[in-house]
Amino acid sequence: MPANRFNNFTDYGIGIGLRATHYDHILTRKPVVDWFEIISENFMVDGGRPLEILDRILEQYRVVQHGVSMYFGSADKIDREHLRRLKTLVKRTKTPWVSDHLCWGSVDGRYTHDLLPMPYTFEAAKVTAQKVREVRDFLEVPVVVENVSSYAEFHVSEMTEWEFLNEVVERADCGILLDVNNIYVSSQNHSFDPQRYVDSIPAERVAQMHIAGHSKYRKYILDTHDHPVIDPVWKLYDRAIQRIGHTATLLEWDDSIPSFNEVHDEALKANKFLASSALATAV
Amino acid sequence: MKLLALQRRMAQAVMTPLTPSERMRNVSPRGRSMRAEAASFIKPNDRLTSFERLEIYNRQYWFRIFSALAEDFPGLRAVLGDRSFDALSKAYLCDCPSTSFTLRNLGGKLEGWLRKHPRYGGTRQKLAIDMVRLEWADIEAFDGASVPALKTEDLAGANPATLRLRLQPYVQLLDLRYPVDDLLLAVKGKNKDDEDFASNAFNEKHRRKRVAAVARLKPADIFLVVHRVDTWVYFRRVEREEFTILSALRAGKTLGRSIDAAFRGSSIPVEERAQNVAQWFHNWAALGWFCLSEK
Repeated sequence: MPANRFNNFTDYGIGIGLRATHYDHILTRKPVVDWFEIISENFMVDGGRPLEILDRILEQYRVVQHGVSMYFGSADKIDREHLRRLKTLVKRTKTPWVSDHLCWGSVDGRYTHDLLPMPYTFEAAKVTAQKVREVRDFLEVPVVVENVSSYAEFHVSEMTEWEFLNEVVERADCGILLDVNNIYVSSQNHSFDPQRYVDSIPAERVAQMHIAGHSKYRKYILDTHDHPVIDPVWKLYDRAIQRIGHTATLLEWDDSIPSFNEVHDEALKANKFLASSALATAV
Repeated sequence: MKLLALQRRMAQAVMTPLTPSERMRNVSPRGRSMRAEAASFIKPNDRLTSFERLEIYNRQYWFRIFSALAEDFPGLRAVLGDRSFDALSKAYLCDCPSTSFTLRNLGGKLEGWLRKHPRYGGTRQKLAIDMVRLEWADIEAFDGASVPALKTEDLAGANPATLRLRLQPYVQLLDLRYPVDDLLLAVKGKNKDDEDFASNAFNEKHRRKRVAAVARLKPADIFLVVHRVDTWVYFRRVEREEFTILSALRAGKTLGRSIDAAFRGSSIPVEERAQNVAQWFHNWAALGWFCLSEK
């Protein structure tokens, strides 16, 4: 399922996150990279260096926007200023799709700047789906939602996380950014079978995938994006690719960021799994 | 529990300040046991209590916003010292939590807040205020809007009595009691050095130098324009008269009135004024600071 309506019928390969520490390398060496993912909020400004750099990147690379603060799951109304700035950026980047997280993070106009977990209730699914639709209608590009890592569960939940994800995307008729590292982290924190999660995802809705590293503590795992991808996550990625097919894949590395080449090489390890998936499809 | 009610309760807990040892408090802001509060909406698991699971988010929240504020105000941290800066950060962020989708705006209310809470600036309150103003101007100049600069032909036939020039939105004007521009440049240079040399001994030596530099800083009125060239932010000191003209233009006054205001009480000899004004405008135009007023 390389191209579908949720990723605007594109067939992107392996990308990496565009990070300030790599700007010089990218702009001077011009490495071959299939695409870059940008954090939308970093470029939703009025001018200056962020937009200057972005424009230079856009001259040579394909860019996809990934947001961190739309908070589809917040009971608050959508911040119209946020939406207006996001749309301005969408026009600039011509991103084929826009992603953000299936979470909440603000209430009564106060922002936590965190990806807080959803209560898996039908009420929350309805509120979230309605917001996804509002955002998509305003932006006029496909909107896809990403499953987050979580460290807490709520008494009020009425379903599993993957059932909640399916409920939201069906109601909103939107795509999924499937983060297999987040599935792994949450599976360890909440003691569920990550493969069951992957197997329950509607494959036809997956627009993109994320892979990343994390940090293991004595009693829980934190999604820190500061390490290479571990083998169990690669195995989960393999499983997902076998089910879903060749999918645009991005490595997230946001802290203790190593050299550009080290990050890119880590991302390109996904090729092994994408190739075996392609072979299986051909046979 | 409805979605909004749950989110309000969790956000209140998450945004409750940490203990001095950076753990979650035992008592909620409403005076309830935080353990009971956490257990009322968060499930425990086989390794973590409800309290411990909520604490992960509580700590993440404060670590993230402390770090964002410290990153944006290294000069203020240098002025106040680490301990006072941490106390100020905690008090400010309790009073003024983020109301923006972006952390870029986290320090937007800091100047006004600090003026109302002088005890956090202590004996260096005025210096601290100046530094906050400069660091916020630095942020605004970094990613503020720019519009096409004025060209010479745009001014053809213009009448100074009615001409209104607009400054680029990213240009920031500051009248300061202390020469904090030098101090901030020194601090930023020092922070860069710290990244290059991780040795504790090296850091300690530089920390002492920084403290000494702050202690030596004497009041001296300066007029500063924070602007950018080729996407990099610069601090440019200007004369009081230059500052008055630029401020008046920003306030929407005509060119003629702006220049008149600048030389009221000026010590610049009358015969030199025309030449000065010409030179200033030449410099400002070369830096692309002007655009036509929409008024």
